Amino acid sequence: MNKEISRRNFLKCLAGGTAAVAPGAAFLASCKQGETHTSTDETAMTMRTNPNTGDVVSLLGYGMMRLPMLPEGMPEDPQTGPFDQEMINRQVDYALAHGVNYFDTAPVYCRGLSERCTGIALKRHPRETYYIATKLSNFDSRVWPLEESQKMFENSLHELQTDYIDYLLLHSTGNGGRDQDGKDLNGLDCCRARFLDNGLTDWLFEQKKAGRIRNVGFSWHGDYRAFELLLQLHDEGRYHWDFCQIELNYLDWFYANEINGTNVDAVILYGELEKRGIPAVIMEPLLGGRLANVNDDIASQLKHRDPEASIASWAFRFAGTPEGVLTVLSGMTFMEHLRENVATYSPLRPVTPEEHDFLMAIAEQIFGQKEIPCTACQYCMPCPYGLDIPSIFAHYNKCLREGNTPQSSGSPTYRRQRRAFLVGYDRSVPRLRQASHCIGCGQCAPHCPQQIDIPRELRRIDDYVEKLKREG
Amino acid sequence: MLRRIRICLAIVVVLLLTWLFIDFSGIAAQYAGWLAKLQLLPALLALNFVVVAVLLLLTLVCGRIYCSVICPLGILQDLLSRLRPRKNKKVGRYTYSPEVRWLRYPVLLLFIVAMVAGVGSFVALLAPYSSFGRIAANLLKPVYVGINNIFAGVAEHYGSYAFYSVDNVIPSWPTFVVAVLSLIVLAVLAWIGGRTYCNTLCPVGTFLGLFSRFSLFRVRFDEQKCRSCSRCSKACKASCIDFKRHTVDASRCVVCGNCIEACEFGALSYGRTVTASPASSAHDGSGAGAEATVPSLVRPDETLDSSKTGKARAESSSATESSSVAEPSRRSFLLSSLSVLATAALAQETKIKMDGGLADIENKVAPERATPLTPPGSLSARHLASHCTGCQLCVAQCPNHVLRPSSGLLTLMQPVMSFERGYCRPECNRCSEVCPTGAIRPIGLDEKSSTQVGHAVWLKKNCVAVTDGVACDNCSRHCPVGAIEMVPLDPADEHGTRVPAVNESKCIGCGACENLCPARPFSAIYVEGHEVHRTN
Repeated sequence: MNKEISRRNFLKCLAGGTAAVAPGAAFLASCKQGETHTSTDETAMTMRTNPNTGDVVSLLGYGMMRLPMLPEGMPEDPQTGPFDQEMINRQVDYALAHGVNYFDTAPVYCRGLSERCTGIALKRHPRETYYIATKLSNFDSRVWPLEESQKMFENSLHELQTDYIDYLLLHSTGNGGRDQDGKDLNGLDCCRARFLDNGLTDWLFEQKKAGRIRNVGFSWHGDYRAFELLLQLHDEGRYHWDFCQIELNYLDWFYANEINGTNVDAVILYGELEKRGIPAVIMEPLLGGRLANVNDDIASQLKHRDPEASIASWAFRFAGTPEGVLTVLSGMTFMEHLRENVATYSPLRPVTPEEHDFLMAIAEQIFGQKEIPCTACQYCMPCPYGLDIPSIFAHYNKCLREGNTPQSSGSPTYRRQRRAFLVGYDRSVPRLRQASHCIGCGQCAPHCPQQIDIPRELRRIDDYVEKLKREG
Repeated sequence: MLRRIRICLAIVVVLLLTWLFIDFSGIAAQYAGWLAKLQLLPALLALNFVVVAVLLLLTLVCGRIYCSVICPLGILQDLLSRLRPRKNKKVGRYTYSPEVRWLRYPVLLLFIVAMVAGVGSFVALLAPYSSFGRIAANLLKPVYVGINNIFAGVAEHYGSYAFYSVDNVIPSWPTFVVAVLSLIVLAVLAWIGGRTYCNTLCPVGTFLGLFSRFSLFRVRFDEQKCRSCSRCSKACKASCIDFKRHTVDASRCVVCGNCIEACEFGALSYGRTVTASPASSAHDGSGAGAEATVPSLVRPDETLDSSKTGKARAESSSATESSSVAEPSRRSFLLSSLSVLATAALAQETKIKMDGGLADIENKVAPERATPLTPPGSLSARHLASHCTGCQLCVAQCPNHVLRPSSGLLTLMQPVMSFERGYCRPECNRCSEVCPTGAIRPIGLDEKSSTQVGHAVWLKKNCVAVTDGVACDNCSRHCPVGAIEMVPLDPADEHGTRVPAVNESKCIGCGACENLCPARPFSAIYVEGHEVHRTN
């Protein structure tokens, strides 16, 4: 793809050049101008070295959680369902060609099809040219017994069409869950039940010895006691974590705890890992796009600082700057995302101390908007009653950002804002999937890595919609 | 001149009325709603004596101008007959035909009897304004909404909120079929003979003809100037000009002015009657006119009286019907819900949860209600049945798709409520504002939210709190009057499963609970109608 573009540019330059009076000089000059922002050197990707295995990993990692989908109405593929395998292949090819060599998937991603799609795309390249990360997503208590979790791991190998995993993670330790007796467990107890008490972690390290896993680590969301426990086991020498996956971005650096009292600021999480020399894999550097979709005022501040840099590039530069970061995962749905992020990290321009302070000031403003911290990860989905939870939150956040959440019917802009909110709501979310249909069963809430009290927020939005409708 | 004024007025009226029937935003109701209230039969039913008196006076003075300019169906007939291609544009294609009295008056009589007896379906079939409404709401509105939705798609693409998308639904197929048939019959009649329907079948036309027969101003012949060229007869879409005898049947003439314009010799003019008509017929006329006006003034009261007795009969019969119908309907409801449960249980045999995707949502199916639900403002099923002419205006205007035409034999095309697509929202009283016949009386929002059109009934077998063991209080949470309380299923277990309990004395029957109930396709809470609305 990139080759096509550069060829087109080349031809354009050539045409411009031959038209000029002094062909040689003009050709060179116009080529310079013709270089686009995203055209990158294929060898310029910033690489980081894993101190445990010596793996040289690209700073940009490909998150396979937000795979591109076929256009609506297209027939689904019997193998890969609604996902656009052809596009996935193209994007994976582009990524590999531009130095991206870390691919992060999980058994539950993309309706359970992510591993398969990833496997199909990667199988077309030599196995030693990339690293595969996948997870033990044993959220359902039926998978808690050791044999069931083992089956899940074996199935991952099968779907990914490989006989070893480079990076295997205990998936979302710290998340609460419900055991088979229907009892709700907190994040700490759930972590014990899923990974420790059933002997699963011991078994994984055995697999590592056997060469079927090259690095064992964990990803963490939620209950900080689970994070502490796992690091304590590391300190005691019982388990040696080869890496750890945490959420890190310029908003969560200082504000994760302020946004939600149960979360921990990224600065603390990263500090704990750095202290122990555990490489950090970064997730949600962009908060599911929320840090790319900022309001006009914030966008203007970022653009004033650097007119050429995209809004998203600030977030990626921030996440990639700490030296202990092994790779920054981005769920790049579109080729344009991929191109832009490759450009941002080819090579990385680390965030300077002044820029760091500037981003902290931006974070303060974003925090002040009181958006719902949803990253559209889809863990809460599918809602058994048909709601489209991430789309409802996305619409609400969009209206917050655009100033379309009027509070008083007396305001002169009330009618316009009300219309934008309500008409936009029907456009973004079909009526039958809107918040009014939330029955409050609470099945979604434990799945949320951001610890959002989903039913409460949905009802808050529904009450607001009701108020807007009645004040019509 | 007369013809030009007539055409201009007619076009404005028919456009405004069409807009009223196809509009979904509620704006048309503000600007064109008065035109619906100007219609004779609706005004008569609404006991709007001012409008009725003005229209009758207008007819007595000027003839049946109403049929040319105010009645949308009359204008529609003109439009349809114009569609027929003509070889010679100057010369018309109609011919004189004598009045078909044996059909005209029996139809009018039958119509009055049906109105008195409360056979709303027959009334709705013949009433001209209702036929127009039916055709516009069923055949034009889907096209209009479709075009709007295309614009909405474009607007969405450009991030504009100027247009918004609306569900495009045919509210009831039987009514749709009736609308298509009405249009076909009308089009065929108009194609062949211009205003045949208007002249011979339309009860309102016949009724007005009783008055226009004696109108002060009318089209008259100047026999001196007439050369018997027949152009006037050929131009007359009402087929009421006999050029040989130099007569114009004023009971059928709709004062369109076509004949005046067609006559090259100035033999026809519109003016006072006295000079032209023979003395004997003028004398006859005034006498019959006096006779005709007296009963017509009495008629509204008569209608009321007899409708009362008629309705009492209807009420008693429907009461017995409802008690006998309630059992089987509930049984079938439970049976179907059981089968639904079985399929749901099968679907439960799933693998572990994966992330993403959307659960399928089954469409709601209307429960069989022992008593149909009638909209707030309609006072009672009887009041609605005896006043509604089935014009579909309320159905077309209902923004929440709650109202739809009834398929009942006696109430065919009259509105009933159901909540599969939405519920009767507390901020809306549009149907009561637009209803021209007073079948749905104007009702304020406060009054509406204290009018009990029905009451909710909980069906344990369908409730997800019982069947799926999940916590759910969606009906209770959305009840606008707080009539639903969540109570323990087992009174002894205060902390166990909670289920909704309806306080019937507070419930207004708005259907929020039924519409938002997660149980599908049959809701676990549904609304039973009240034959007579109550206020609390």
